[in-house]
Amino acid sequence: MAMRSFLRSRRSLSRSLLQPDLLRNPNPNPNYVSRSLIPALLPLRSYSPASDPTTKNPIRDAATDEINGFKSSLNPIEVAKFAAIAETWWDPEGPFKPLHLMNPTRVSFIRSTLCRHFRRDPYSPRPFEGLKILDVGCGGGILSEPLARLGAVVTGIDAVEKNINIARIHAASDPSTSSIDYTCMTAEDLVRENQKFDAVISLEVIEHVAEPLDFCKSLGALAVPGGAVVISTINRTMRAYATTIVAAEYILNWLPKGTHEWSKFVTPEELTLILQRASVSVQEMAGFVYNPLTGNWSLSDDISVNYIAFGIKESSSDSEKTRTVAEQKTDFVS
Amino acid sequence: MRYATLMWRRSGLPELFFAQQRALHSSRILSSEEGLKCDGAKIEKNQEECDVAIVGGGMVGLALASSLSSMPLTKHLRVAVIDDSPFLASKGYLKRDQMPDSRVSTVTPATINLFKEIGAWEHVLHQRHAFFDQMQVWDYTGLGYTRYNARDVGREYLGCVVENKVLCNSLLLSLQKKEGFENKICPTRLASMTLPSEVNHSKFAKLNLTDGGTLHAKLVVGADGSKSRVREAAGIKTTGWNYPQSAIICTVEHSSQNHCAWQRFLPAGPIALLPIGDNYSNIVWTMSPDQATQHKSMDKDKFVNSVNHALNNGYGPHPESSSLSNLLDSITGTAMSTKEKFEVPPRVLGVVSNIMAFPLGLKHANNYAVKNIVLVGDAAHTVHPLAGQGVNLGFGDVSDLARVLAEGVSVGADISQLTLLKKYERQRKTANIPMMAVLDGFQRVYSVDFWPLNILRATGFHAAQYIPPLKKNIISYAMGDQKFPLFS
Ligand SMILES: Cc1cc2nc3c(=O)[nH]c(=O)nc-3n(C[C@H](O)[C@H](O)[C@H](O)COP(=O)(O)OP(=O)(O)OC[C@H]3O[C@@H](n4cnc5c(N)ncnc54)[C@H](O)[C@@H]3O)c2cc1C
Ligand SMILES: C[S@@+](CC[C@H](N)C(=O)[O-])C[C@H]1O[C@@H](n2cnc3c(N)ncnc32)[C@H](O)[C@@H]1O
Repeated sequence: MAMRSFLRSRRSLSRSLLQPDLLRNPNPNPNYVSRSLIPALLPLRSYSPASDPTTKNPIRDAATDEINGFKSSLNPIEVAKFAAIAETWWDPEGPFKPLHLMNPTRVSFIRSTLCRHFRRDPYSPRPFEGLKILDVGCGGGILSEPLARLGAVVTGIDAVEKNINIARIHAASDPSTSSIDYTCMTAEDLVRENQKFDAVISLEVIEHVAEPLDFCKSLGALAVPGGAVVISTINRTMRAYATTIVAAEYILNWLPKGTHEWSKFVTPEELTLILQRASVSVQEMAGFVYNPLTGNWSLSDDISVNYIAFGIKESSSDSEKTRTVAEQKTDFVS
Repeated sequence: MRYATLMWRRSGLPELFFAQQRALHSSRILSSEEGLKCDGAKIEKNQEECDVAIVGGGMVGLALASSLSSMPLTKHLRVAVIDDSPFLASKGYLKRDQMPDSRVSTVTPATINLFKEIGAWEHVLHQRHAFFDQMQVWDYTGLGYTRYNARDVGREYLGCVVENKVLCNSLLLSLQKKEGFENKICPTRLASMTLPSEVNHSKFAKLNLTDGGTLHAKLVVGADGSKSRVREAAGIKTTGWNYPQSAIICTVEHSSQNHCAWQRFLPAGPIALLPIGDNYSNIVWTMSPDQATQHKSMDKDKFVNSVNHALNNGYGPHPESSSLSNLLDSITGTAMSTKEKFEVPPRVLGVVSNIMAFPLGLKHANNYAVKNIVLVGDAAHTVHPLAGQGVNLGFGDVSDLARVLAEGVSVGADISQLTLLKKYERQRKTANIPMMAVLDGFQRVYSVDFWPLNILRATGFHAAQYIPPLKKNIISYAMGDQKFPLFS
C-alpha cells in the first residue's frame, strides 16, 4: 500500500517536472542513452482515468472496440509515443539502443528454442529456412531482420505506420532481408484474416497493449497447432520497479510526458497463466541481465527484470482440456 | 508427436523461398568454373557482389579466408580475396631443394591450433619447418642469461619456425581444398573504395580495382599489411613511431641442425638465431641504420665473422654464476639446481641468402573497425620483429574475427554492422595493446647501452631464470596462450 502511494506521488512529481518544449525536442541530452538503462522498453502512460477524470480514456475506448471476439490491443498513447521517435529505430546510439544491445541475446534464445522445437540443425547458418514467422509489434524491424537472415519467411506487423515505413526501407537495402513482408496492422486484424504462422513472436510489446489477455489470445490464435509463441517483457518486481525509476529520472530529460505504469507490468506467473488461457503452454523461460560495465546483455535464470518465454500452441483437443482447467483457477488478473 | 504436423512444411516450402534461392544463385560471383578469374557471372546491375572482401592475400588474409570457409556458420559466406601476388596462383607444395627464405615467422602453439582447425597445419608439416624446444636469451655484458626449456611448461616444444612463404602456401592449399566454398582469388589490387551511405541506402561498399573492375562487398577486411590502403580509405588514423634502428635478416648455415632459439642483447640491439630446419638458421639482427647499410653490402666472409662475433666471442664474456645470482638466490630462496647451464650457440659457417635490411617501427591503428570495415594483421598493428610476435598477433585477429562473425551469423546479425565489428575490436585491443606495450618496453630497455640499465635487465633475466612461476608465465605469454604475463 505504502508503495502504491509512493508510486502515485512519484507520478505527479514527474509530471510537474516536465516542460512542454520537451515535446518538440525529446532528446536534448545526446548522452542520455548510455546512462539510461531501458528507456525505450518502458511503457509510458500519461493519464490514468483515476487521476484525471476529465480526460476521455482512450485505452478503454480502444479496448471495447471488439471485432469477432478479438478486442483491439491498441493503446493510442503508446502508439503515439512510438510514432514520435520512429526515425531513430536504426540509430544504434538512439532511444532504441537497449533493444539493439539486447537483440543478439534474445535471438539466441529464439534460435535455441525454435531449433529444438522444430528439430532444426543448430549449426546451420539458416536454421529457420522456410518457417513462417510473425513478428507482432515489429517496430523498425530490429528482430524481423535477423529472423529473415536465419531463413524464416517473416511477416512483420506494427500499429504505427511510420515504423512500418522505416522497417521497409531498411530491409530493402539488404538482399537477405528484402523479402520481409511488413504491414501496418494489429494482431487482431490478422486474426480476422484467418492467418496462421509456425511461430508468433512479440518482444517488448505486451507492456504497451490495452489488455494483455486479449492480446495473448490473438497471438495464440495466429499460431498453428503445435506452433510456437515467444513473448518478452518486463517483470513487475521491486527490482524492475527500481530500474524503471532510475530510468525514469533520465527519461525525464527527454520523454514528452507521463510515467511508468509499473502496475501494468506482467509477471512471469501471470504471463504463463494468461498464455494458458490462450491455449499456449509455456515450456521455457529465461531472464536477461544487463551488465552496465560491459553494456552487454546475457541470458540467465534471473527473471526478475527482463524476461522471455517460449510456449507451444496446443492442438485443439489439448486446448479444450486446458482451457477448462485454467478457467477453473482463480481469477488472477485484477 | 505434436511436431508431426509441422514436418511436412519443410518439403512444402513456399515458392517465395525458392525464388529467393534462385536470385541468390544468379548473383553469386564465385563459381568454380571461373577458377582464378574475377570477371565471372554478373548480376543484373552488371556488378559483382560478395559478403566479405578480403583485401590482401598475405598470411593473415589467407588465414581469414580459410577460417571463414571452415566453420559451419560462416562457410556459406561469399568471400573474395583481392591480391595480385603471383604466389596466389600456385598449386601444390613448394620445392624443397630451394634455400630457406630469409623471411620467417616463429609460430606459437596458439597459431598452430588455428592452422590445425583450418586444415593448414598438415601442409606445413609436409614442408620445411623447425620445432625448437629450447630458448636462450643473454646479455653481452656477461651479467645475466636465461634458458627456457619446453619441459618448464610441460610441453614438447616452445615454438616452431616456418618460412613465411611456407605458411602462405599451406594456407592457400587449405583454402583450395574447401568444398562448396564459393571462394575466389581476384588477381588485382584495391585502388579506391566508396563506403555505403545513408543516401544510397545500400549495405555494400564499392571497391574499385586496379584492373578497372569493381566489387561490391558487405564487409571489407583490410589484410593489406602495414601500409594498408583499406585503412587509409576508411580514414582510420594510426599511432606509432619509428625506432632509430633497422633489422637485417638472412639465412645462414651450420655444420649440424640447430634446435634452440637464441637471442643475445648487444649494445645496439638484439641478434636472434632461429632454427629453420635442416642445417639452416635464420638471423634477425637489430642495429643502427648505418650499421645495417654497412652489413648489407659487406662481403660474405666478413659478414659471417661479424655474425659469429655478435653471437659468441665479441663484446663481452659469457655469463656465468655471479654475485648477482647468489644475491637473487638468497632473495628468492631458489636453489642453483633449477638453473640450466649457459650454452654457446652453434657456429655460423656461411650466408646462403641475400642480406635484407628493414627499418623498425611500431604502428597501431586507432580503430580496428568502422562500419563495413575491419582491419586485421599488420594493417591494424605493426610491431618490430624482436619477440617474433608480429604475425601471431595477426593470426589472433583472425581467430577472433572469425568467431565474432560466426556468432553474428548465429543470431542473424548483419555481418557489416558496427556493434558486431566493435566486439572484435574490443577483444583484439585488449590482446594486442599490452603485447605492443611489452614489446615497446623491451625495445626501450634493450636498445640502450647504459650500465645501470644493463644491470637491471640482467637482473630481469636472472629473476626470470630463477623464479619458476614467473618464468613459466613469460614463456606461456611468448607462446601466445596467455593474456598477460605477470599477473596470473
Ligand atoms: C624483418 C622482419 C622480420 C619479422 N619477423 C617476424 C617473426 O619472426 N615472427 C613474426 O610473427 N612476425 C615477424 N614479422 C612480422 C610479419 O612479417 C608480419 O606481421 C606479417 O607479414 C603480417 O602479415 P599480413 O598478412 O598482415 O601482411 P603482409 O604479409 O604485409 O601481407 C599484405 C598483403 O596485402 C597485399 N596488398 C597490399 N596492398 C594491397 C592492395 N592495395 N590491394 C590488394 N592487395 C594488397 C600484399 O600484396 C600482401 O600480399 C617480421 C617483419 C619484418 C619486417
Ligand atoms: C518497445 S517496441 C518493440 C519493438 C520490437 N518488437 C523489438 O523488440 O525490437 C514496441 C512496439 O510495439 C508497437 N505496438 C504497441 N502497441 C501495439 C499493438 N497493440 N499492436 C501492434 N503493435 C503495437 C509499437 O508501435 C512499437 O513499435
